[in-house]
Amino acid sequence: MDRLNFIAGRLVKGALIVLAIAIMNFFIVRLAPGDPVSVLAGQSGAMDQDYMDELRQRFGLDQPLIVQLWIYLQNLFQGDLGTSYRQGRAVLSVILERLPATLLLTISAAIISVILGVVAGSLAARRRGTWWDTLISSLALLFYATPLFWIGLMAILLFSLVLGWFPAFGMVSPEKEYTGIMHILDVLHHLVLPMTVLGLFYMAVYARLTRASMLEVSEMDFVRTARAKGLPEGYITRRHILRNALLPVITFAGIQAGHLIGGTVLVETVFGWPGVGRLAFDSLLQRDYSVLLGIFLITSIMVVIANIITDVVYTFVDPRIEVKQ
Amino acid sequence: MKDLIKAFSHNKAALGGLLFLVVIAIAAVAAPLIYPHSPWQMVGAPFQPPLSGPHLFGTDMLGRDIAAGILYGARVSFLIGIVSTAVALSIGITVGALAGYLGGLVDDALMRVTEFFQTIPSLIFAIVIVAIMSPSILSIVIAIAIVSWPPVARLVRAEFMSLRHREFVEASRVLGVPGWRIMAFDILPNAMAPVIVTASLMVATAILMESGLSFLGLGDPNLISWGYQIGAARTMIRTAWWMSFFPGVAIIITVLCLNLVGEGLNDALNPRIVRRRKA
Repeated sequence: MDRLNFIAGRLVKGALIVLAIAIMNFFIVRLAPGDPVSVLAGQSGAMDQDYMDELRQRFGLDQPLIVQLWIYLQNLFQGDLGTSYRQGRAVLSVILERLPATLLLTISAAIISVILGVVAGSLAARRRGTWWDTLISSLALLFYATPLFWIGLMAILLFSLVLGWFPAFGMVSPEKEYTGIMHILDVLHHLVLPMTVLGLFYMAVYARLTRASMLEVSEMDFVRTARAKGLPEGYITRRHILRNALLPVITFAGIQAGHLIGGTVLVETVFGWPGVGRLAFDSLLQRDYSVLLGIFLITSIMVVIANIITDVVYTFVDPRIEVKQ
Repeated sequence: MKDLIKAFSHNKAALGGLLFLVVIAIAAVAAPLIYPHSPWQMVGAPFQPPLSGPHLFGTDMLGRDIAAGILYGARVSFLIGIVSTAVALSIGITVGALAGYLGGLVDDALMRVTEFFQTIPSLIFAIVIVAIMSPSILSIVIAIAIVSWPPVARLVRAEFMSLRHREFVEASRVLGVPGWRIMAFDILPNAMAPVIVTASLMVATAILMESGLSFLGLGDPNLISWGYQIGAARTMIRTAWWMSFFPGVAIIITVLCLNLVGEGLNDALNPRIVRRRKA
């Protein structure tokens, strides 16, 4: 019951944050220099009068600001994020059709980075001072300082152009019309490079965090007690040290969700991955700002959801919460 | 302070990082002496590989010197990294100090705002700000500062909360010193240690974010930067790897050094570790 209350509280808080983001979205456009309509239509001078009149009408630009905000929020809650000027379609459907590709990329990158990061970090902590530790810590430090888009380009250079192991671009091989299992394998083949590149930075973060946190926990009194009881070292590491050391990792995974989604803009641009990130880059180039603002809103909602999920996961992992039940 | 310098100078990695940063900073300042021509100017044949003729890192598709671009780009990276960190620090310190010192409703309200800014995806938010304000040094600095102040606010708030009831603060209050003076001159100097550590890491993050923005074409159009160089080379990776390789190495070295310095400061300022070292 406690947990249900907790989840309900988090949902309400998440909804409030989404509302605040929507309001900010509204004001960003109005704070920009010039008429919001010409901002949304892209200041390229290529807009037509009909479209601009339609926008003026829709946003109620002849009304006071507060009424405009109300109209904007009403539209939002009906799922109307505006129209993409370049594509002549609803922003929401333009974004939604790109969402599965981005979810595939981010979720697989998140999973691989948490698993490999925690494994590498605990290996470094258990073999503290050995060359394992030195190697893992140095690599983590290096990847932590490397821009995603650069490592993506270098990965294309090495693994696609020189070695020819993985495709450099896109999500499917356009020349081959695969179906069924072959299609899935084709997508996975395309996924390897972008997923690894997106995950590398976070792998480094989790490895450093796990190592530091395990070293800290392993000096605590309850670990000494466990040792004094004569429990086997492997058991202590798994049940006592790692479980407690994972708490900051989980908290951090939640905080990093926003960064991860931001990272897709860079990675999808490099690899031509047909997701929301690439859409953001294309709408930048085309000054299709309704789409860009829509992406900002949708990705923010994704981060809020990811945060709620991590908070709930936390209640399952934190041993102190278990005692309460 | 002496202890701090001593502890820091024992950390070879941090010291090496600091040394490298100084070298890069000098090279950035001296860029016009080393390469008197503008980095945008064509100085040779296009697509010259590295070490061919006078061009250490080769030339790009227009025959511009990559090495010259990297030196001039260092100025942009350092400028934006330092200025946006300074702006973020002043927002974060103000918010954190008010929240931690005043507590109550003010604290609640300011912390909700902080949480909000921590939730929204920072790079996408920065992209939106720069795109809509149109790219310039100013809009990039504003965007990076707006997305990076929340951790500072949390840190400063925590320090202020633990310091505001200490005897030396109470003493000032009894003497009738106004609140803002207590915050600025009694508490803040004692809360600066963790802020300094965070600041060095923030400069690194700001440089990474600036490179990402200019890679996407959101850099200041009048200034060459590392991210711009890599972005312009993106589609030419097949023919001219050096165009994107070397600016990336410049980013990695700079960010790595800043992180090493930050870690060195952290170890030197962290009382727990210092105690362990003395024991």
